[in-house]
Amino acid sequence: MKNNNSIWDFFASVKLALSTLFLLSITSIIGTIIPQKETAQQYIERYGEATANLFQILSFTPDMYSSVWFQSLLGLLCFNIIICSLDRFPGVWRQIKADNLNTPLNRLEKMTPQHQWQSHNPPESVASSLKSSLNTSGWKAEERTVDNGILLFAQKGAMTRTGVYIVHASILVIFIGAIIGSALGFKGSVMLPETRATDKIYTFDTQTPVALGFEVRCDRFNIEFYDNGMPKSYRSQLTVLENGKVVKEKAIVVNDPLVHKGITFYQSSYQPYQEFMLTITNKKTGVSETAIVSYQEQHSFKESGLRSGIINAEGRGENISRMKIWFTDDKGEPSLFWLDDGEQVTVERTTNNYTVSAKQMYATGLQVAKDPGVWTVYTGCFMMILGLIVAFFMSHQRIWLYIREEEDNTSSILMAGNANKNKAGFESTLQALAERINKV
Amino acid sequence: MESSQLIGITTFTYLFSTILYAAIFIFKAKRLETTATIFTVIALLIQTAGIGLRWMESYQMGIGRAPLTNMYESVVFFAWTIIFIYLIIEWRFKTRVIGAFAVPFAFLAMAYASFSSEITKEISPLIPALQSNWLIAHVVTCFIGYAAFAIAAALGIMYLIKNTSETRQSTNDTTLLGSLPPLKVIDDITHKTMVFGFLWLSIGIITGAIWANSAWGTYWSWDPKETWSLITWFFYAITLHARYTRGWGGTRIAWLALIGFISVLFTYYGVNFLLSGLHSYGAN
Ligand code: HEM
Repeated sequence: MKNNNSIWDFFASVKLALSTLFLLSITSIIGTIIPQKETAQQYIERYGEATANLFQILSFTPDMYSSVWFQSLLGLLCFNIIICSLDRFPGVWRQIKADNLNTPLNRLEKMTPQHQWQSHNPPESVASSLKSSLNTSGWKAEERTVDNGILLFAQKGAMTRTGVYIVHASILVIFIGAIIGSALGFKGSVMLPETRATDKIYTFDTQTPVALGFEVRCDRFNIEFYDNGMPKSYRSQLTVLENGKVVKEKAIVVNDPLVHKGITFYQSSYQPYQEFMLTITNKKTGVSETAIVSYQEQHSFKESGLRSGIINAEGRGENISRMKIWFTDDKGEPSLFWLDDGEQVTVERTTNNYTVSAKQMYATGLQVAKDPGVWTVYTGCFMMILGLIVAFFMSHQRIWLYIREEEDNTSSILMAGNANKNKAGFESTLQALAERINKV
Repeated sequence: MESSQLIGITTFTYLFSTILYAAIFIFKAKRLETTATIFTVIALLIQTAGIGLRWMESYQMGIGRAPLTNMYESVVFFAWTIIFIYLIIEWRFKTRVIGAFAVPFAFLAMAYASFSSEITKEISPLIPALQSNWLIAHVVTCFIGYAAFAIAAALGIMYLIKNTSETRQSTNDTTLLGSLPPLKVIDDITHKTMVFGFLWLSIGIITGAIWANSAWGTYWSWDPKETWSLITWFFYAITLHARYTRGWGGTRIAWLALIGFISVLFTYYGVNFLLSGLHSYGAN
């Protein structure tokens, strides 16, 4: 893979990586100072015509982070990572797969840290007992006969050398996920009044309608408040319909969306109406009727003589919490009573009893997203954390033991080793190991 | 006893810790070493109790939630994490003078939380968007990262101070700065702390993205807070690469540790007050 030309070297260099990362950091600041995604008019009001124009030419507005030059910088970073990895990875792979029993003996003699000792026993028996005690210490040793003796080798964490490459690859995976999301997905929203269904939504950027391929209906929207007036929860009861048949039902709240066929519906906002859902049930016949009535407007129900309306309401801002109901069945004086939002009461009339419930009408604001790249992005994130842990905290440790045959069938042992990281830690590991095994 | 009292006490105990560690550093008061550590551990325990109590109080108020969701609580947790990580470093590297540089950060954070008029100490309930376990994971992991970077900055300052004197006079245990660890050791601990912080900042950014995706369907929207966390992340990535692949060390890394922490402060604090965006909830 290694081409000896300067273009390759340029794109494989860490210098380029440092410059790109630096440029990305500096330019990213611009878009945090100049508000993004405002209208041309807002920019002119804020900065004046000339500056606003300049910003637009430089793509600082309205959306710097999706501008060609910013995306190119991100692309350059990815390209840099790819070339750098192609440049270096084969070498690292060779190191992982290296035949370490082939290491020249004179290199072992120069290696630090190292320990030496003697044994009265011949190399073969020393080798086999060293091997077994290395094994009990968690080091699996291989063995080979070399000049004047036997060489043992054991290693740990060879694969940890790939940690850095997992981190670098993870960045590419995240970008691939982002590209999949923007190519095959959409982000939009829809305002859905209670009781209504929709089969399309509108994209954020261009407001173009996107067909869902199914229908979503909002059956009910509820808002709850804390005692101090802060909103506690927004909840929409949603129903998914395919060809008019109910296929899924779920109450969504912020942080807990509904997913159907890869499209996710998030609770994001709401819109209160000056209209009310009034439900009246005849207790005797069991017949129930629901009507949508405007504020202070009388509604005549199908059952003859039945009329009702909301004559007064109280609440917080536009959110009604109590309302005053006017109700009559044309038999006697009309009933007047207060009702909490969503509450149901029984109204006793001269000849019959009715249950009445009333609820303010809302539309729920749904954010709708399809992003088939999310799991790729999450996979990349997972790889990054894994790779960082491996790259930062794990090392490749190698130990050689050269058992040289001396006169009188005795042996001298040279133990040497190295680690690619945390060398101080490895030194004491080797020291402890030497003390444990040189007694055998 | 209320949580606010316990947390208030912590401000003074960390001030006292700072004084103890400063005495160890300046007067070489070796006898104070154990005292300083024990005192700081007790201060940490008091603060832990305070945070725990605040958690319980939120349940008594009927709005039970982790005490990690507004500016006041996050500054308190920031101080807690600084002390916690500092104590680990003290134990791991067997050196106490770092305390004279790191503990003041916790004290300053607590002093700001306690006395600033900009932030409220009230336990307020959570708006719907903040009711998520991912938010807790996000805040905790980010602050572990931030605290590590604070300590790295403290070490950077220590390095720069020691370095100015070292060029003039040789290391001599009788001089004021002689009691600081050797430059090489400071450099090594600075680097390790930054690596630790980088890992946690990465996890923090990722958990934040997962939270955003579960709440709004967008894991990344380039809002100022997100962007600044990424800028900070880029900055530390540059620092790590400069060290690993270009052999940077010593003074340069010390300066980068300082500049990096300024970026952290801006991400954490500056964005809320100077810029606008999704995360501006933190301003109250
Ligand atoms: C935001 C982007 C990047 C991140 C988060 C990142 C992350 C890392 C990390 C954490 C290490 C430390 C490895 C260790 O502990 O030994 C590392 C090393 C390295 N990175 Fe990156 N990196 C990024 C971009 C790049 C780019 C664009 C290049 C292209 C040249 C590059 C080249 C290297 C090299 C050569 C090493 C040293 C490898 C070794 O020790 O063998 N990095 N990177």
